[in-house]
Amino acid sequence: MKALRFERNVPRFAAATIAGRLASGAGAKVGPLRLRSIDPPELPGPGWVEILPRLSGICGSDLSTIDGHSSRYFEPIVSFPFVPGHEVVADLTDAAAATLPADAAVPAGRVVVEPVLGCVTRGISPVCTACARGDLGGCEHIAFGAIEPGLQTGFCCDTGGGWSTRMVAHTSQLHPVPADWSDEAAVIVEPTACAVHGALAADVQPGELVVVLGSGALGLLTIAALRRYGRDCTILAVAKHPHQRSLAKALGADTVVEPGEVARAVRRATGTMAIGDGDIVRLAGGADHVIDCVGNEASLDQALRVVRPKGRITMVGMPGHVHVDLTGLWQREITLAGAYAYGTETLPSGERRRTFDLAFELVAAADLGRLVSATYPLSRYTDAIDHAANAGARGAVRIAFDLRNEKERNRA
Amino acid sequence: MPRPGFVLDVDRSTPPILFHHGEGFRLERLPAGRSRVIYPAEPLEALKNPDQAIRDALANPIGDSEPLSALLKPGMKLTIAFDDISLPLPPMKRPDIRQRVIEAVLDLAAEAGVDDVQLIAALALHRRMTEAELRHAVGDRVYDAFAPHGLLVNHDAEDPDNLLFIGTTEKGEEVEINKRAAESDLIVYVNINLVSMDGGWKSTATGLASYRSLRHHHNVHTMRHSKSFMDRHASELHSANWRMGKVLRDAGVKVFQIETTMNNNVFGTEGPMSVLQKREWEWSLGDRLSFLGMKGALDKMPARTRRSIFQGWQAPHAMTSVQAGEVEAVHEVTTANVYAQHLVPVEGQTDILTMGLPYIGPYNVNSILNPILVACLGLGYFFNLYRGKPPVREGGVLIMSHPTPWEFHPVHHPSYIDFFEQVLAETTDPVRIEAEFEKSFAEDEWYRHLYRTSYAYHGVHPFYMWYWCAHALQHLGQVIIVGGDVRAVRRLGFKPASTLQDALEMASDVVGRDATITHLHNPPILMADVS
Repeated sequence: MKALRFERNVPRFAAATIAGRLASGAGAKVGPLRLRSIDPPELPGPGWVEILPRLSGICGSDLSTIDGHSSRYFEPIVSFPFVPGHEVVADLTDAAAATLPADAAVPAGRVVVEPVLGCVTRGISPVCTACARGDLGGCEHIAFGAIEPGLQTGFCCDTGGGWSTRMVAHTSQLHPVPADWSDEAAVIVEPTACAVHGALAADVQPGELVVVLGSGALGLLTIAALRRYGRDCTILAVAKHPHQRSLAKALGADTVVEPGEVARAVRRATGTMAIGDGDIVRLAGGADHVIDCVGNEASLDQALRVVRPKGRITMVGMPGHVHVDLTGLWQREITLAGAYAYGTETLPSGERRRTFDLAFELVAAADLGRLVSATYPLSRYTDAIDHAANAGARGAVRIAFDLRNEKERNRA
Repeated sequence: MPRPGFVLDVDRSTPPILFHHGEGFRLERLPAGRSRVIYPAEPLEALKNPDQAIRDALANPIGDSEPLSALLKPGMKLTIAFDDISLPLPPMKRPDIRQRVIEAVLDLAAEAGVDDVQLIAALALHRRMTEAELRHAVGDRVYDAFAPHGLLVNHDAEDPDNLLFIGTTEKGEEVEINKRAAESDLIVYVNINLVSMDGGWKSTATGLASYRSLRHHHNVHTMRHSKSFMDRHASELHSANWRMGKVLRDAGVKVFQIETTMNNNVFGTEGPMSVLQKREWEWSLGDRLSFLGMKGALDKMPARTRRSIFQGWQAPHAMTSVQAGEVEAVHEVTTANVYAQHLVPVEGQTDILTMGLPYIGPYNVNSILNPILVACLGLGYFFNLYRGKPPVREGGVLIMSHPTPWEFHPVHHPSYIDFFEQVLAETTDPVRIEAEFEKSFAEDEWYRHLYRTSYAYHGVHPFYMWYWCAHALQHLGQVIIVGGDVRAVRRLGFKPASTLQDALEMASDVVGRDATITHLHNPPILMADVS
């Protein structure tokens, strides 16, 4: 089968790191990601099934990996070589569905993959405490069990990933797609689930000011999630590009400002005093929450500058090595927390819901399929990566691979 | 005998016309056969002995007023209020008119044995004046005698302990002014009437007022009904101030008004800048070389250096009249004297109005003409320099030339930055802006703190600048800025153009291909008297 595969190759990794520093997405041309003809992954065990990807998104963490920016933190929790692609809508064929035992039956048709590889997918019983709570993202066993280490599908050598014509998934990972949905809507469910989790993890209280840093796909989805599932709050979004500004507004931001305007906008919104003679050296107060959907040094530094004493920064965007001054975090008793993936959420009403179910509802309600701006065949993967890496500047939001017309997919 | 202003019809022999362009200039050819240029009058003769003229005015008041010397008594409380840094433009060479007048008033006060005297810079919601600026305005002798004792102060429109509510007009407008001034036995107000808008009751009712009071006439409705605010009898802004003046008078607040007019000798008759005051076809070879040299040098300089040079310019303009006494009677004479310098008869309106905006306006002395101030200078001040009707027809196009940099002076204009970044990003509609945003800016504690303790314009001030544009925005079909920062121009809601020819081409979409054009050759200041 045809697949984009990320291989352990130190020279290529070094080349990607250098190229990625020069231009975002350039790591795709020289790095360890290669278009290969490989054998499809084998079924790891009972409850697993082969699926045929239709669309698979390119997310920030993928780009970070391709450009060699990812932290070495991931080394023990991924397994090489892996096929990326964890935002996936795929076909579950009749034949494949028929192979499933009755107690794990999933109807044939289109499915969205919930990619976290928790205890159930790994055949581990009893499951860890996090999985028992339904907090799949916190699974303690992502490097153990019946399959090789991998925090998610798309980072595990045993499962394959969405950037190929075939992959495998555990039935517990599959969510049927409503018949009237577009593939574009379906493929945005996974990042939407991340955003829902991030928005709810922030635990925003009524009347609070939330700053959302970044209006790429994750930022826009977080705005939509805050507006739908958060308490009544004021959302101040930070967007670099005109189309991001208009989408942020449309999805529920009360105010949208440019990156250089955040501190002044927060001061205005909160009415706080500022230190500085007209220029803001430091805010006296600040925003109640900052949700960082960028995840780099500059965004974390900005978050620390605009959050109030005892406020909370929630990192939804994946960070890596950053160098920031945490004196303010200490002196202002700021909470810095991560928000990874999804699992089960507690809504403001107290109701417990699976994040993916909430994401499905949000995608439908806010018409989030419109955020998929362009698709590419696997053969044009360098173009696709380049487009995704520069999506904002090129008026796009989410770029995805389109596997629907791949010959190899339809040949089997 | 100075030559009056006049209107030149542009033909093929007309040389390129000077457009001010911030801290630079452009020479532009206007289309022959359908363009005209309004030139200002040459500077009027200066008073030969201004100090004597001041003494004469104080001794021979106009209207229902005794001579100043008769109003000054031992034991009385005297407040001398004077116009702030926004006047004149550019700042004048020393001695400033205010110094001359204040020294004359203080001489009389001393003769009368008045020892409770306080001087107040009547800056309303403008920024506080620095020591250097106060020294320039009132002179070192006055500054050193009063300032160290806290007797020369900047008005503070946010000082709850030093504001006094006087009453309301018949239209419900609240009148609240500086308490020290209101409780004085006499306010002597020292004006510099650069343009016909200045002076009259606007001096006390605006210059010494609080936001609570000012908001009744500094608003969109008032500005849209001031056509123009340079013509008192057609200006709702002035009507409101006159109503407030009546409240002050009825409450026993006694004002002795001293108003002065000045000629429009902005650039002098000698030196490289003098060419800016000449009509282009009268430029000598020396003038041309001088202009080209100046322009070439300026174009090569960093913006900061250019700004520093221009902001350092002190104009040689001189006093042409001084009158004192009862507010309204004084102001009538003053206005006639201002008009004598500024009014230029103009027949009818054209489809397009062009203007070159200079480096300075009332609110950027020793500062930066930020984009909001650019808009205000063009659409607020220059557009309103008319009597009768605007020189451009309703639905016509205004073309302004200015670099319009996205740049702000953070100390002077902190709330302008937020207004530009947040409010104008949302809407440029003055009515919406007033309804949705004004209150929060006006009551913002940080802006209040900076206004009171630093050198910041009040938080609400950028709103007033935008309201100043409201009449023009309502009247015009399109506004184009030539040579401006594209992003900044768009943020203002205007169209950017690279050249005047591009701007005229863009304007043709609104007013047709054979549109008629008026160019306002300003500064030096002129006012179109449009029939």
